[in-house]
Amino acid sequence: MNSWDNNPVLTIEHLTMRFGGLVAIDDLSFNVGRGDITALIGPNGAGKTTVFNCATGFYKPTEGRIIMNRSNGEHYLLERMADFQISAKAKVARTFQNIRLFGGMTLLENLMVAQHNPLMLASGYTIGGIFGLKSFKKAERDAVERARYWLDKTALIDRADAPAADLPYGDQRRLEIARAMCSGPELLCLDEPAAGLNPKESAELNALLQYIRKEHDTSILLIEHDMSVVMEISDHVVVLDYGEKISDGSAVEVKDDPKVIAAYLGVPDEEVDGVEEEVGI
Amino acid sequence: MEYFLQQLINGVTLGSIYGLIAIGYTMVYGIIGMINFAHGDIFMVGAFIALIFIVTFGITASLPIALLILALIAVLIVSMALTAVWGWTVERIAYRPLRGSFRLAPLITAIGASIALQNFVQISQGARNKPLQPLIPGGFTLTEGGPNGEGFIVQLSYSQILIIVVTTALMIGFTLLISKTSLGRAQRACEQDRKMASLLGINVDRTISLTFVMGAALASVAGLMFLLYYGVIDFYIGFLAGVKAFTAAVLGGIGSLPGAMLGGLLIGLIETFWSGYFSVEYKDVAAFSILAIVLIFMPEGLLGKPEVEKV
Repeated sequence: MNSWDNNPVLTIEHLTMRFGGLVAIDDLSFNVGRGDITALIGPNGAGKTTVFNCATGFYKPTEGRIIMNRSNGEHYLLERMADFQISAKAKVARTFQNIRLFGGMTLLENLMVAQHNPLMLASGYTIGGIFGLKSFKKAERDAVERARYWLDKTALIDRADAPAADLPYGDQRRLEIARAMCSGPELLCLDEPAAGLNPKESAELNALLQYIRKEHDTSILLIEHDMSVVMEISDHVVVLDYGEKISDGSAVEVKDDPKVIAAYLGVPDEEVDGVEEEVGI
Repeated sequence: MEYFLQQLINGVTLGSIYGLIAIGYTMVYGIIGMINFAHGDIFMVGAFIALIFIVTFGITASLPIALLILALIAVLIVSMALTAVWGWTVERIAYRPLRGSFRLAPLITAIGASIALQNFVQISQGARNKPLQPLIPGGFTLTEGGPNGEGFIVQLSYSQILIIVVTTALMIGFTLLISKTSLGRAQRACEQDRKMASLLGINVDRTISLTFVMGAALASVAGLMFLLYYGVIDFYIGFLAGVKAFTAAVLGGIGSLPGAMLGGLLIGLIETFWSGYFSVEYKDVAAFSILAIVLIFMPEGLLGKPEVEKV
């Protein structure tokens, strides 16, 4: 038995998502291990982002369960929760393939928005904050400190007061991760974090993700096309094709799986039969 | 010159009231992209609540000055609170169930809510004008007329001072609330990307409700000021004041908070100067013509940001 099946932070059971007649995900089950970096890979249109969308309240799955097991022993059925509670209660954060920052707000403000709930509570729903409640001032200071910490970790601290929309692309990607981390997640879901990054930025991203996993006890689930990223940092790889899981294991195991090779490289028509025989379909 | 000064004072007073109402339009537009046509009627309801309290508790100008000030503050707080409940209810009943529906749906319910509020007040309070004896009579005379009746007497009444001071204070406080507090940050975040805000744990529905509540509270202040300034209200005042304030919001750039304040001020000034120098009958035409001209040449308004779509 693999480590991710022993102590999963996220369990996906028999997840099925249909859009009318189109089956985007078909009876998908896998575990995301606590403290692991898990990669979800597959060709375009395999249903990877749909899995994310089901887990973060964008879609209601047609069938199946998505269970978040928090480290304090609480369990949450994500498919039943309102989207704002998934972050607030279940402590799942995500980023997007196409970056969704609050472009008109400064970097610091972007990170403060992610800490809205504890601040609202500390400020007595703003009313206490207006009258200068002590606990609110402290909470606000802590929030700024945490935001600065993450800006520092993502090497964005120099531009803390610039509007987020003015950042270059690679910096925006890192800011999205920093913002997600400011909400204090136990599971961080990243949708193609390395897309559009140059090799140097990509290497920095790897280091950042490993730092997050190690120092902040945050499990990471990522969708990635860049195989160098996947192979270098992930402990566990799940491969999807046409909405079905075709492989599940460590990076090395998956890399040599003939099904995965077939799905990725494709095979000429005359070889299909041979490959199918070989992989046993 | 004296005449100009007097018109300026009147225009700034009127503009402050429009500005307060315009904030409600612009905030709601900013956060959910719809025009809350019932907002003018929320202003009217605020004026009625204030009037009912003033009459019920027998607040008149004959009270000692300290007591009168306290009483007015109490009226202000009570009518802000009650009007805020009205604003919340309208959002809850007429807009929230239609969120995610097609764009025109909440616009239609907004007009419906506006008519419902007008008729409710008309039936429950009667259709006649409701007068109020001036609560804050008197003022400063800035320039005396000449001994033979030549020259012009410029007056700055206490109620005008009150209106300008209260609106300025509220606008400053409000700007700070939006720019500095966590609630304000959440509102701005919802404005830019509602889905993302909710994925960061912000309860978007609650944030939108609070926006309506704040807009309604400001409108009720405008209602009380209107009541103190003109001394007469009826169930229909919300319509014209609402349309003017909406014009102000568009003029300043809808979605922009300082734009709403500036737009309100400009509409108040244009209207007052037009009726002072040209004709009273056409003052509304002047205000709306300015709107048409601005929309043609600066569609995004004076302080609005042009929408640049990145490709």
